[in-house]
Amino acid sequence: MSDAPETFEFTAENKAKADAVIAKYPEGRQRSAVMPLLDIAQRQNGGWLPMPAIEYVADYLDMPAIRVLEVATFYTMYNLKPIGKHFVQVCTNLPCWLNGSDNIMHACHSHLGIKTGETTEDGEFTVVEAECLGACVNAPMMQINDDYYEDLDSEATKRILDELRAGKQPKTGSQLERYTCEPLGGLTSLTHQEELRAQKVSEKGDN
Amino acid sequence: MPKLTIDGKEVEVDAGLTVLQACEQVGIEIPRFCYHERLSIAGNCRMCLVALERAPKPVASCAMPVAEGMVVHTNTPEVHKMRKGVMEFLLINHPLDCPICDQGGECDLQDQAMGYGLDHSRYKENKRAVEDKEMGPLIKTIMTRCIHCTRCVRFTTEVAGITDMGMLYRGEHAEITSYLEKAVDSELSGNVIDLCPVGALTSKPYAFVARPWELKKTETVDVMDAVGSNIRVDARGSEVMRVLPRLNEDVNEEWISDKTRFACDGLRRQRLDRPYVRQGGKLQAATWDEAFAAIKAKVDGVAGSKIAAIAGDQTDCEAMVSLKLLMSNLGSANIDCRQDGSKIDPSLRAGYIFNSTIAGIENADALLIVGSNPRLEAAVLNARIRKRFLAGKFPIGVVGEAADLRYDYEHLGTGPADLKKVLSARSGFGKILKAANRPMIIVGQGALAREDGAAVHALTREIADTYGMIDKSSGWNGYCVLHTAASRVGGLDLGFVPGEGGLSTDQIVAGAGKGDIEVLYLLGADEIDMSALGNAFVIYQGHHGDAGAHRADVILPGAAYTEKNATWVNTEGRVQLGRLAAFPPGDAREDWTIIRALSDVLDKSIEVGDLRAVRSKLVDAHSNFMNIDTVSSAPWGEFGTAGDVSSAPFASPITNFYMTDPISRASETMAKCTDTFLGSQEMKTGTDG
Repeated sequence: MSDAPETFEFTAENKAKADAVIAKYPEGRQRSAVMPLLDIAQRQNGGWLPMPAIEYVADYLDMPAIRVLEVATFYTMYNLKPIGKHFVQVCTNLPCWLNGSDNIMHACHSHLGIKTGETTEDGEFTVVEAECLGACVNAPMMQINDDYYEDLDSEATKRILDELRAGKQPKTGSQLERYTCEPLGGLTSLTHQEELRAQKVSEKGDN
Repeated sequence: MPKLTIDGKEVEVDAGLTVLQACEQVGIEIPRFCYHERLSIAGNCRMCLVALERAPKPVASCAMPVAEGMVVHTNTPEVHKMRKGVMEFLLINHPLDCPICDQGGECDLQDQAMGYGLDHSRYKENKRAVEDKEMGPLIKTIMTRCIHCTRCVRFTTEVAGITDMGMLYRGEHAEITSYLEKAVDSELSGNVIDLCPVGALTSKPYAFVARPWELKKTETVDVMDAVGSNIRVDARGSEVMRVLPRLNEDVNEEWISDKTRFACDGLRRQRLDRPYVRQGGKLQAATWDEAFAAIKAKVDGVAGSKIAAIAGDQTDCEAMVSLKLLMSNLGSANIDCRQDGSKIDPSLRAGYIFNSTIAGIENADALLIVGSNPRLEAAVLNARIRKRFLAGKFPIGVVGEAADLRYDYEHLGTGPADLKKVLSARSGFGKILKAANRPMIIVGQGALAREDGAAVHALTREIADTYGMIDKSSGWNGYCVLHTAASRVGGLDLGFVPGEGGLSTDQIVAGAGKGDIEVLYLLGADEIDMSALGNAFVIYQGHHGDAGAHRADVILPGAAYTEKNATWVNTEGRVQLGRLAAFPPGDAREDWTIIRALSDVLDKSIEVGDLRAVRSKLVDAHSNFMNIDTVSSAPWGEFGTAGDVSSAPFASPITNFYMTDPISRASETMAKCTDTFLGSQEMKTGTDG
């Protein structure tokens, strides 16, 4: 968790990234790049956007700060307050809820000792409720930073949180024995493609 | 032109109109909150829903362009039900605080809820509450009432040209705010109060002051600048409670500046409500008879050439013509209405008015601004320039201060030398002016109220001639003088300028200092250097205890602009009538009646019996005073005096927009604005402007 910085500036690497994004738009339409630039700024600043970053992006794109602030407040994926190192977003929409997202949420609360929207004292975890993240087929699920963890139950949730706290990278995707979102009991159709899938698995490793 | 059927009536309207506009053309009123004629279309309130045949859903008529063969229904039970539904949604989170809301009685939501509201709410949950935002000393916010029409955001962005306001968050959490809750820094910010369809943005100085139905409404004109904005003055008894804009497409559209709107509390403070006579170095309250007797005792026996008069910035034409008659009866030619020392040539009308007219700015295709900051000198007129600028293909050049005018321009230099370069250059901005069909030039008082003003005046005429700004065949005249004083064009029209052998303002002041001028009549003139008047006997006639009253030997209390039926001529030369909204305080009287009474006492009667007689004197002075509310074009010709120009840069006469005259200097609200927007480095009283 980082305190609000006084100033903000892109690193040289991020500046190159930002310029590459801006170059995608026609001359004079550089404002269209506001969302990717805010994302770059958010990643550089530990997952949240302080006011100096918003003003920096506004200056960078030569647009009024209020217009950038409007965008940053409109979209829920921009955080305007500091968050923990691991940003846990538990989906609580209908398919996940029917499949027990309440348990997942509860596991997060009890295991980390915080409530929804709070950050652990050591600054490791922040837990929030998220709207549908589009992985309903493997519900319930949660997103931690850029990774999806699917087919969860309380145990799996706690294990993932423990592993993250220990600095390890837990298995992403489905926590059950299935390849991406294939049926749990194995393929029921297109079975002739099983070979193809086996080949992919061996290439990529697990999942 | 597409043909469509609206409520069974077949109509043909211009292509590109919206369904809502088409409905208005045939006299059908569509309820709306977010739609506004002068702002871009947002389409977010949904109140203007209509039924369109063959359309699957109700359509927001404000955002739907007309098309051939459309069949529109605006008055069916279905449409009524849709609008009731929208209204119910709008009212879910709108507080039921109408009894304590300042918008009550003139609220769009209240009015439309009468037509489309339900008699009870089906919503049992808690209403949302939004924290109020700080928007400065003029705008009071109660953001829980906001229905997110975004009119204020669109107004400030599009018309005012500032990007301070916006809508944060989304959906149920949406909030209108100014960036970091800074005060909205625009000379036009007060207009968002009128635009707000609910009580979210209301007037801070007017908070909890009066209800609209207890106010007497008087349609009159504004005198805070030379635009002559059309206003409505709302008064209760003898007190002016507030000032609102009145629609006039040719002058102010429907906007007014913050000074026009909020300086009216200055009408209650520092007023001169009885005559005063200086006795033993101190001003003592007196009766009218005593005051007149004191003047008579001084004036009798003084030669006409030792008497002078200067008229101020907010003096009506009736008073000026009366004083002019009195001065000529006294044998004095020493009169001047140009108290700022302007060297503007009064001989040719086209040389001192805004010839293109304000609405004509929209027809121009290139603009050169000389020695003027229109944003401070005429905020509403500046909005018109910005409107033309936004329409595109409008190059603007500025010679003078490089101030933020709320639109882009090319800064061509600061002084007369740079102006000469524009004249001689066959490249750069000169080329742009040459290529333009209807180029215009705006000459400010910053270019004329200086030693070499007459030469600059001639120089600007040369530019206008050289670049074809006057086209007799099409009637286009792009030579425009932007005045800062409401009384100036009227004074020049009726000839309140030095007569044969008469002295101008500078010479009068110098003469008073040397003792050549023994009696000086200040008709509302407060902006001259009072300390330079030597031992002259000063008569001050006016409505506020400002600089002039402090120096005066006799004070004659007059009426402010809201307290008299008077004639004003704006910078375009448009003659407009102001009307009495409240009576002057105490013993104060309408100005021309004071001068008439004094003329009788002095045995130099000006022989005008009533207002009609004074106005016929005005028409005698200039036939233009017959043409009320119109602008007649003035014939072009020679003016100004060619000569050497100095190298001093042009400077706008106004540094503090909020305090330019006795009324705004007495206004508490304007003092707060000065504090907020200019900080402590600015003078808060004194002779700004």
